[in-house]
Amino acid sequence: MEKTVILQLKNITKTFGSKVIANNNVSLDVYKGEILSILGENGCGKTTLMNMVAGIYYPDSGRILINGEEVVISSPRDAYDHKIGMIHQHFKLIDIFSAAQNVALGIEGEKYNLKEVNNRIKEMAKKYGFNINLDKKIYEMSVSEKQTVEILKVLYRGADILILDEPTAVLTPQEIRSLFKVLSAMRDDGKSIIIITHKLNEVMEISDRVSVLRKGYHIATVNTAETSEKELTEMMVGEKIDLNINRTDPVDRKLRLSVSGLTVKDPDGFNALDNVSFEAFGGEILGIAGIAGSGQKELLEAIAGLNYYESGTLTYYHPKKDKPVSFFHKSYKRVMELAKENSFKDKNGNDIDFSKLSKKEIKELVSSEKIIFKEDEVIDLKDKTPKEIRELGIRLSFVPEDRLGMGLVGNMDIVDNMMLRSYRKGKSMFLDRKRPQDLADRIIDELKVNTPDSHTAVRKLSGGNVQKVLVGREIAASPAILMTAYPVRGLDINSSYTIYNLLNEQKQKGVSVIFVGEDLDVLMALSDRILILSGGKVSGIVDARTTTKDEIGLLMVKSSGSEAAE
Amino acid sequence: MTVTFLISAIAIGTVLLFGCIGETITEKAGHLNLGIPGIMCTGTVGGCLFVSLYMNSLKTVENASWIMLILVSLFGAFLFASLTGAIYAVMTITFRCNQNITGLAITIFGNGLTQFLMHSYVDKSNFSVAGKIIAKSLPFAENSGGVVKVLFGHGFYVYFAIVIALVTTFIFNRTKVGLNLRAIGENTATADAMGVNITKYKYTAILVGSGIAGFGGVFYIMDYVKGSWENASTIEAFGWLAIALVIFTLWKPNVSIIGSYVFGALYISAFVFGNISFSGREVLKMLPYIITIIVLIITSMMNKKEHQPPANLGLPYFREDR
Amino acid sequence: MKKNKSNLKEPFVRIVKRDSIKIHKVILIYAFAIIGGLLFSGLISMMFSEKGLGDFFGSLFAGAIGSERKFWLLLQDTALLLGTSMALLPAFKMKFWNLGGNGQILVGCLAAIACMFYLGGKIADSLLILIMLLASILAGAVWAAIPAFFKAKFNTNESLFTLMMNYIAQGLVSLCITIWVKSGSGVLAPISHGNIPEIGNKYLLPIIMFFIIAALMHVYLRSSKHGYEISVVGESVNTAKYVGIKVDKVIVRTMILSGAIAGLVGFVLAGSINHTISTASANNMGFTGIMTTWLAAFNPLMIILTSFFITFISKGMVEVRKTFMFTNDSISNIVVGIVYFAVIICSFFINYRLVFRKKEKEEVKK
Repeated sequence: MEKTVILQLKNITKTFGSKVIANNNVSLDVYKGEILSILGENGCGKTTLMNMVAGIYYPDSGRILINGEEVVISSPRDAYDHKIGMIHQHFKLIDIFSAAQNVALGIEGEKYNLKEVNNRIKEMAKKYGFNINLDKKIYEMSVSEKQTVEILKVLYRGADILILDEPTAVLTPQEIRSLFKVLSAMRDDGKSIIIITHKLNEVMEISDRVSVLRKGYHIATVNTAETSEKELTEMMVGEKIDLNINRTDPVDRKLRLSVSGLTVKDPDGFNALDNVSFEAFGGEILGIAGIAGSGQKELLEAIAGLNYYESGTLTYYHPKKDKPVSFFHKSYKRVMELAKENSFKDKNGNDIDFSKLSKKEIKELVSSEKIIFKEDEVIDLKDKTPKEIRELGIRLSFVPEDRLGMGLVGNMDIVDNMMLRSYRKGKSMFLDRKRPQDLADRIIDELKVNTPDSHTAVRKLSGGNVQKVLVGREIAASPAILMTAYPVRGLDINSSYTIYNLLNEQKQKGVSVIFVGEDLDVLMALSDRILILSGGKVSGIVDARTTTKDEIGLLMVKSSGSEAAE
Repeated sequence: MTVTFLISAIAIGTVLLFGCIGETITEKAGHLNLGIPGIMCTGTVGGCLFVSLYMNSLKTVENASWIMLILVSLFGAFLFASLTGAIYAVMTITFRCNQNITGLAITIFGNGLTQFLMHSYVDKSNFSVAGKIIAKSLPFAENSGGVVKVLFGHGFYVYFAIVIALVTTFIFNRTKVGLNLRAIGENTATADAMGVNITKYKYTAILVGSGIAGFGGVFYIMDYVKGSWENASTIEAFGWLAIALVIFTLWKPNVSIIGSYVFGALYISAFVFGNISFSGREVLKMLPYIITIIVLIITSMMNKKEHQPPANLGLPYFREDR
Repeated sequence: MKKNKSNLKEPFVRIVKRDSIKIHKVILIYAFAIIGGLLFSGLISMMFSEKGLGDFFGSLFAGAIGSERKFWLLLQDTALLLGTSMALLPAFKMKFWNLGGNGQILVGCLAAIACMFYLGGKIADSLLILIMLLASILAGAVWAAIPAFFKAKFNTNESLFTLMMNYIAQGLVSLCITIWVKSGSGVLAPISHGNIPEIGNKYLLPIIMFFIIAALMHVYLRSSKHGYEISVVGESVNTAKYVGIKVDKVIVRTMILSGAIAGLVGFVLAGSINHTISTASANNMGFTGIMTTWLAAFNPLMIILTSFFITFISKGMVEVRKTFMFTNDSISNIVVGIVYFAVIICSFFINYRLVFRKKEKEEVKK
């Protein structure tokens, strides 16, 4: 079949500020009626490149040709005039508008008539197999519904070239399959589709050709049929790397956190979390999967003491502490009970064998507080604020999803960010910047944070370095429980693996790691168990070593029933 | 007495209504304009200046035509107000300056300019005549009383304000322009990505909004106080109340009509109760501000999605921001 | 398509964000803006008068530093404005848009005057001054704490709330004057009791006082735990909650401090400078202080400079007015407004730069 070139990029260069070269002399051809994947790591400039085609950015130099004719695209409107439409990773939708209003937005030269718009959308939906309620407001929609609106918006404008930025990032395996079906139908209809992605398996599955970008350079464009995942990885990263996560077996598996019947309401009064129960153990990684907005955020925030919860209990088991027995257990009976499961030591650290002692001797020992008992301290987290949790000595660390909006302060330097957790220490009215300085230097050194110095505002660091600073600080508190939400989102491959290794290290130290993720492949490779949330309920807890993607995918959309499948 | 009270309440309400509609339009475009008080001031001086020029061009001032007076006052007010608004627009849209600070500077500047020009450079000698003509109501209502007087006994500006409020509501809810404008205020980046010309819409909204706000001041001077001039600070105070009114009326110009009359009634109550001591009057003068605060508190307590300000209000927009 | 031809050209000018800028460039931009703004103001003044540009700048300087007394007055007013800015600064650091400086100063002033009016002559002056001081600070703090409380509890819009509090404060002043002044003239004669004693000359006390406060504020914001909390709350409420900072508490606490300093300014106005009160006693410093604080990018030491500069212009304009024979004083507001515009626009040139279209030939060569 003769292929016609519809879009050509020639020697495109784009810089941000004076330091960041996002695209360097990139040239690329797109054919009519094909699906082209733009593959590359986070931060390689693939989105920037496509944003220039869509009129969001303007190139510093280089030319764009459509059907062989040079064009200037200086605004999104120009892009639509040339029949180019882009579906951005962060959806560009007006929350308080309905689907139809969003589609009608910005269209010129047509009377404003929602009925007419509705009819035309319905036609298109039928043609490509979409399912959508057009009167629904965006803020009531699920992620995949929102994506459908985005695609309809672009199609409505008669786009022949569709650009999709990471379209599968937040979809379930089943939703991805139906999206791919739609995309294929559109390709067969003669449209050109460009998919920006960093997921190799999807590239292999859907695309006709792949263009690989690395650090702003175009590395190669190959036919999908003639390449392999391994070859593509090498092109993407520039070196041979081992993409296996080294999962060890859980060690010293002790109960650290027990959640039972947890219910949290969102501001509109709906249940964001509905009767959630599970247990987290030290020495293992508990993955949490689910469609975006299924209650992941609320769950972690409730545990961290940030969210008020309606009902339920959170119990934290503080790692063993040396305590004189009498501190808790004055009664002989209770001590003997405990003695069956635990070891008691005397003040010199030697084990005491109760069977050799008489009842009187034991009673004397207990009342003299001469024996030491090691036990996990049980602490009820109900209604505790983050400050109280810290003051109780609970070692709970939390790497939130919104790094610069919650975990760190973007405009403060690394040192001041180190203090966030610890600035209250000491009675002085004034801050102690010495220890945070040491910690900052240590983290920069150990985690290889790429920064001019420790007094650079974290906002100015790249995504991977921001995350290293945050995770570094949270780990420095030597947690018993470490919660992380989407810790590798937006990170390049090397940074991602740094984070995975850090989490594995923590697990081996006996920390209970809770890992909320979106990439099922990673979740399955990293976690020991995976808890799946669906609509605020636990729809299942599966063994990560034996489960399948499809099983998790089904659990992610399971609408009712919270029977945990252990 | 009730009739006089209601008529005055509606008149003061009209001053606020113009300011409120103007501010609502700019806020829908994502711009919090704290310069509205200053802009209402310059609108006043613009309208007054044109009225004085017109009056001075006549041989006998008593023959001034009603239609001409309305037109020149509207034109002058709109011109000066939207020119002041243009300073705000250039600074906040093109130069992406902080909206709060720019607005405050506009208010300081507008107040000063108005005071300066009105004090020394606007010929106010024929204002009482012009005021009487501008304030003319329909003949049948003039001499009647009761409900008829309250409903129909006002000058042109009062009805003009209502019409503008209704038209604005219609545009917001039923037209493409309104859809695009609301989208800009909610999420500028999205509207931009959908091909809405952000700069054009923002400029238009601010210029038109400022112009409409400008009508408020000239109405107050020419119609309500029949051409007497105290100082710009009175108008400025109306401007601040108008901004508060925007929150109270939930960014809905049709709601603003009633809201501003209620505010007007509160404002006027201090002057209407004639047989009250001086100190009692001072207490009543504080009332509208106290009520405004109470209203602010109550509005903030009702936390509904539909009652929120435009989500991108106050944020500068730069397309290439990452 | 008719668009096509013109469309083929790159936009004539594009805006690009800077990632850093050298300090001398910043100074240059500001200097250019200030001189430009003043030149423009001079030209405007010339339009309404026969005098020239030389007269404008001459009188501007003469008005500000023309005599020893004027110079001291300049310093004193700078200090007052500095004090007001220090009151507003912690609030702004916290992103609490306190537009109520005028009202907070005014109630502070009113509290002191009330003490002078009712207690003057009945107790020793030294005790009276102490009571005045406490009353002023308390009044200012309460006036600021009210909107802060509602902001903390219900997220009530603080800028309009504080603004309305200004008008209520004015109303209170009018009310007190009608009660105190039996003649009905509406003007309260200066009260001779409770006047703060002079040190050196009568200008020096406020000058020393507010410069010390500025230094303390600098330390408080930079090095104290409270200051750190203010920054965190200002930057991100979510982060503050995440680390367990009680945001409500910080907002109210900071506004109490903010109001207390404003009250202190009112105390100085009442006890040391005016010995009386009117609705305009705050001299609009609540608004001017917003400008000085913002223009100084919230840096206490820079605020000294901006306060001096703004006071310099307002003082100078008094003389310009006389020279140019303007019959009302609003010309000063116009000029100050124009200078504000010029300086505010600087933020654009500091954050962005303009890229003009390159020559076509260059493109082809590449």
